Amino acid sequence: MHSLDLTGMTVEAVKEFGLGRKEAARAKNMFALGLLSWMYNRPTEGTIDFLRSKFAKKPDIANANVAAFRAGWNYGETTEDFSVSYEVKPAAMAAGTYRNISGNLALAYGLVAASVQSGLPLFLGAYPITPASDILHELSKHKRFGVQTFQAEDEIAGIGAALGASFGGALGVTTTSGPGVALKSETIGLAVSLELPLVICAIQRGGPSTGLPTKTEQADLMQAMYGRNGEAPVPIVAPQSPADCFDAALEAVRIALTYRTPVFLLSDGYLANGSEPWRIPDIAGLPDLSVEFATEPNHTDAKGNPEFWPYLRDPETLARPWAIPGTAGLEHRIGGIEKADGSGNISYDPANHDLMVRTRQAKVDGVARSIPDLEVDDPNGDAKVLVLGWGSTYGPIGAACRRVRKAGHSIAQGHLRHINPFPTNLGEVLKRYEKVIIPEMNLGQLITLIRARYLVDAMGYNKNARHAVPGRRARRGADRDVIAGVDGS
Amino acid sequence: MTDVVELGFPSLGSIPKTDIPQRAADFKTDQEVRWCPGCGDYAVLAAVQGFLPELGLARENIVFVSGIGCSSRFPYYMNTYGMHSIHGRAPAIATGLASAREDLSVWVVTGDGDALSIGGNHLIHALRRNVNLKILLFNNRIYGLTKGQYSPTSEVGKITKSTPMGSLDNPFNPVSLALGAETTFVARTIDSDRKHLTSVLRAAAEHRGTALVEIYQNCNIFNDGAFDLIKDRTNGADWTVRMEHGEPLVFGTDSSRGVIRDPENGMLTVADVNEVGKDKIVVHDAHAEDSAYAYALSRLSTKDLPYTPIGVFRSVEHPTYDDQLRGQVAAAEAKLAGDHTSELGSLLRGQDTWTVD
Ligand code: SF4
Repeated sequence: MHSLDLTGMTVEAVKEFGLGRKEAARAKNMFALGLLSWMYNRPTEGTIDFLRSKFAKKPDIANANVAAFRAGWNYGETTEDFSVSYEVKPAAMAAGTYRNISGNLALAYGLVAASVQSGLPLFLGAYPITPASDILHELSKHKRFGVQTFQAEDEIAGIGAALGASFGGALGVTTTSGPGVALKSETIGLAVSLELPLVICAIQRGGPSTGLPTKTEQADLMQAMYGRNGEAPVPIVAPQSPADCFDAALEAVRIALTYRTPVFLLSDGYLANGSEPWRIPDIAGLPDLSVEFATEPNHTDAKGNPEFWPYLRDPETLARPWAIPGTAGLEHRIGGIEKADGSGNISYDPANHDLMVRTRQAKVDGVARSIPDLEVDDPNGDAKVLVLGWGSTYGPIGAACRRVRKAGHSIAQGHLRHINPFPTNLGEVLKRYEKVIIPEMNLGQLITLIRARYLVDAMGYNKNARHAVPGRRARRGADRDVIAGVDGS
Repeated sequence: MTDVVELGFPSLGSIPKTDIPQRAADFKTDQEVRWCPGCGDYAVLAAVQGFLPELGLARENIVFVSGIGCSSRFPYYMNTYGMHSIHGRAPAIATGLASAREDLSVWVVTGDGDALSIGGNHLIHALRRNVNLKILLFNNRIYGLTKGQYSPTSEVGKITKSTPMGSLDNPFNPVSLALGAETTFVARTIDSDRKHLTSVLRAAAEHRGTALVEIYQNCNIFNDGAFDLIKDRTNGADWTVRMEHGEPLVFGTDSSRGVIRDPENGMLTVADVNEVGKDKIVVHDAHAEDSAYAYALSRLSTKDLPYTPIGVFRSVEHPTYDDQLRGQVAAAEAKLAGDHTSELGSLLRGQDTWTVD
């Protein structure tokens, strides 16, 4: 909720046109429209042309309305009250049909699209939590796609029901934010052990504890990465802009279905509520996510009879077969107790446990073979500094890089979509630069992973506050820091 | 997959049937059963394996989901689909499974610690939703797997490893709790009475909606003899009220005791039949819509269980959560003009678009 003195600000904005206060105040709807145009990134020219033609005979009124409209837009641009606008690359837009879309809406649509593309009914188990609830609301409206939404008694039941649905052959999804992830951790561990597809959409907010429900932060990366007992690797996919939540959702589902694993889709409040123009994808170009359930026994017992081994893996992906109840001859029991490799029977054997721990890790590591290389944006081609980010900082980092370049320096930008596993070329990319800067809205979580994995002496740039629209002063400060990083070698 | 056949059991109509005769042995697995010798769990396992062939359901369409505890090993011994999940969460997991799959017969196996302590929240919400689940709650009034701490059904003053001076908290009466949540089917039975156990399981299977069956189960290692009062061959009948729908609630070795409505306060109480007269004895109505009657029956057994009604407390027909959820989805899908793919196209386009050339 934002309150502002609409009338006062409008009157102030149009005072040079010499209108009476009452007349001047009538332009306040244009101030509001200007602010909304800023929030939703709508082009302003059309509105201005419209005002000029409508009031062609009354230039003062036309000018006052345009001034109010511009003042509203500028208010949105300069004030820090709004965290909903999204800074997009000012690149020329590709040809196509566009619409505006917020991150949570794009994420919900991505899940529906994944359900259609996989042919699996979507089952959402969720408990309301800011800023994720809109996904529950949205999916509840789309039952015509076969979507079942279940508002559970708590976060644990939300993911539990989703996992139960996955066991039954549905596309199980749960949506939440940081505190909910904490409650779901045990079930995520179970999903790791059961090796069933499951998508956990975590829309991060400020923490710890209840923290700042309506403010954004990227401080749950470590929770997604390691927040479970035992060795419980889970792939992590992070969207970089509101519209990108659509593609990221499809990618998370692809990994979950292909590798039979829970997957984190790690968005945040900034992406969730922010919106941007989205080029509407061609349905025919969406990925094919169809899956094959197991239908036949895959092993023979000592007596030569066919039997089903639920943990006999695909040699390529290391995924286990997905045999759903209702399939005759494949009856089997799975659980959270360690299983014998292959047969899936309970096993307390230490050597088998070691093998299973390594196999589950190898399966998640192997996802890297199916993801694209990290591409770096370095228009001058001679940058010595790489700024590496993930998630919703994509826009702000890009804007900062452009300002640095405008000031005459070279700088490269790389942004990670996959954080677990990393793209296979990441180590080699990092080595190409003298300096690696990792800005994050936390105290340095990605940087910890990068340093540990690649032994790169990366520098952090950490803020635990909204980066939405840095005021000019803050912006200059940030640029200075980055440039200091560029030049101060 | 086998065709969907309409069965005699109303709740099982959507589950595929098999023509091949089944035996109890078909439901056994090759896994070594690891309960302590003499544990009551063996009797329940044998009763379930013995009664399932009666249903004639395709074995692959039956799923057992459990939590954590001694009884939760149950799925490993059932040659059906099964999931041994995490502590207390089985009702939640089973809710998702039963909602996603109309064609499955979903059973939850749980214990007093699993269902009433760590999983209390999931249990009461599954019960109030009336999901198509058959919940078998093995109540041994102790923690067995963790080696003998008191449980949420242990009597006050219980001396255990964690309560050397006696437990302080008031126990749950699982049947009262379930009736408080307005569960549509609530029953109680005993591990040692195979015939009664089987009849209650059959009634639960016939019910469409959530069925909660409390099974008094002896843990001979940590709480031996917990139910000896009612299991006693000579005097047990004096404490056991065997409920049959439409029959007067008369019990006792010589049928001398009966359940009456106290004229003073309307509560149910036990009286001498000869003193009050046969016509004062309450006739059991398991189909009473108001759960207050069944609740009053459940209160005959206090913390120390002197009078223990066994059988079906309540069995009423209400719409189930999962049927209605599928109904909403089906109604929405029926309105679709095209297929999911074309509908996806219009969803993504939305209302307000512009074109960039
Ligand atoms: S500890 Fe008790 S409940 Fe558990 S298996 Fe042994 S006898 Fe049965």
